[in-house]
Amino acid sequence: MDKFTIQKMMEFTLGDSVLEISYIIASVLFIMGLKMLSHPDSARRGNLLAAFGMGLAIVATMAFHTKDGEPIGNHLLILVAIAIGTVVGWLIAVKVKMTAMPQLVSLFNGMGGAAAALISLMEFPHIEASLVERTGLVNGHVLAILLGLLIGSVSFAGSMVAFLKLDSRLGDVKAPWIRYVNLVLLVGLLLSVAGIMIFGQNPEAASGFVYLMFAVALIYGVLFVMPIGGADMPVVISLLNSFTGVAAAMGGFLYNNQAMLTGGILVGSAGTILTILMCNAMNRSLVNVIVGAFGGQAAGGSDVGGSIKEISLSDSAVLLSYSQKVVIVPGYGLAVAQAQHLCHDLDKILEDKGVEVRYAIHPVAGRMPGHMNVLLAEADVSYDKLIEMDDINPDLPNTDVLIVIGANDVVNPAAEDDPSSPIYGMPIIKARDAKNVIVMKRGMGKGYAAIENNLFFADRTRMLFGDAKETLQKLLAEIKSL
Amino acid sequence: MENILSFVYEYREAIFIVILSVFLGIEVISHVPAVLHTPLMSGANAIHGVVIIGAIIVMGHAHTPGSLILGFLAVVLGTLNVVGGFVVTDRMLHMFKKKPKK
Repeated sequence: MDKFTIQKMMEFTLGDSVLEISYIIASVLFIMGLKMLSHPDSARRGNLLAAFGMGLAIVATMAFHTKDGEPIGNHLLILVAIAIGTVVGWLIAVKVKMTAMPQLVSLFNGMGGAAAALISLMEFPHIEASLVERTGLVNGHVLAILLGLLIGSVSFAGSMVAFLKLDSRLGDVKAPWIRYVNLVLLVGLLLSVAGIMIFGQNPEAASGFVYLMFAVALIYGVLFVMPIGGADMPVVISLLNSFTGVAAAMGGFLYNNQAMLTGGILVGSAGTILTILMCNAMNRSLVNVIVGAFGGQAAGGSDVGGSIKEISLSDSAVLLSYSQKVVIVPGYGLAVAQAQHLCHDLDKILEDKGVEVRYAIHPVAGRMPGHMNVLLAEADVSYDKLIEMDDINPDLPNTDVLIVIGANDVVNPAAEDDPSSPIYGMPIIKARDAKNVIVMKRGMGKGYAAIENNLFFADRTRMLFGDAKETLQKLLAEIKSL
Repeated sequence: MENILSFVYEYREAIFIVILSVFLGIEVISHVPAVLHTPLMSGANAIHGVVIIGAIIVMGHAHTPGSLILGFLAVVLGTLNVVGGFVVTDRMLHMFKKKPKK
């Protein structure tokens, strides 16, 4: 070995080791970031930590990554692409309303899935010739590429459908045949992966089939999310989130890149657990969500007795003003009406009158677990007024007035009483224990689960019909004029 | 059978990392309060934006116009995922700050 070669090797290993060290640091930062994200006090720092890790990994890759001794080229174009993505991503993230948060997460998730699919699509024709000579297409690279393509495309198409549905631009399509078509597509896709690996001679010959797989995977992604009801969308987004994680990890496998591998798998497994936790909070199984039995069939046959009793605004105002303890149960209806700020006004005005006001937060209130907390926090409601379901339930019998604003299934006693009800077993806020219940509701429509709610017919319950925002405005005026 | 075994042997390091990461992911978030589910999902969403590294690698070694265009698109999408994800998460968590008591 002459001097020049040795020197070249030294340089090569130096950059390489800096790169690997950066990846190790990035992986550690991802793990710590995720850990910190699961505690309220450290969550924000955790997010920044993970973002810093990501920045480090990106810079190190641009600067030190080599493939067959060839460094990264097209620097300018890459920087332009990053600049475009940064500006657009930043603007969308900052502008969007807090109520639109779930669809936004879904949108960004889809982008990641698409990127993973594109990488696979481009890498497939470039599988090393020596590897193909040695093993044909039966090797880890082909498997990683095909799975990355498959999972990335499903995640992309599915996320886009979820985005459109949450944005109310697309309705549910509940046709029984979709389930069977999906099964056929899924089996077909998995068989094609095996087929390409076993029967494929070389990448060129198989590439046509790979494009076909790409198209079918996109269709599968659409059909996978299409029949799933709006209430289950958070679970689906979380699931697709972990899919994209796995797709990213496939890229790590392909490039032997540890940062992508750990980052992707970490999100894949954490996302799966999160999905299961969300399902548990709704007392549903993941299979149940995916197959989409909920709301598809007729609701449980409980007879609802009693009659609806309305209450006037002025009576509500008096009742609230002269109570000692008031609990507000916010639901998605509140978020839809954008009434969280008015809700906070109500709570302030009552507090000024010496009434103790707290919020009872069901784990799945809103559109995603924790969504309601974000919405109320946006409206400046103090964090320690938000009481979780299990903590507030024992105190409800001492509560003078409980106001349900735009919530339905989370206060439905059928979850405790009626074994035939689809939501039987779901933990609920025991609204009926309160001394008085006021339900603000648009009309007598049923909740997402499409089940009658006995609470509305109970003796202690009074209904206050109307749009949450308007009703709250009028109620505020009434209380002020007292 | 031999194929599978040699396959496992060849990729043992990656398989090792995958298995450990799965346990790590489960362990790291299994005690998260429901309040933080949404920000956590969003944060995890941003982390899988690490796929951008793959996009940069593809783009950095692209030579034909077709692969340049696709690579460019992949980098843009990956960046959207990363930047949008982290910014949205930060915006959400910003609201969780404890307000000073009056």
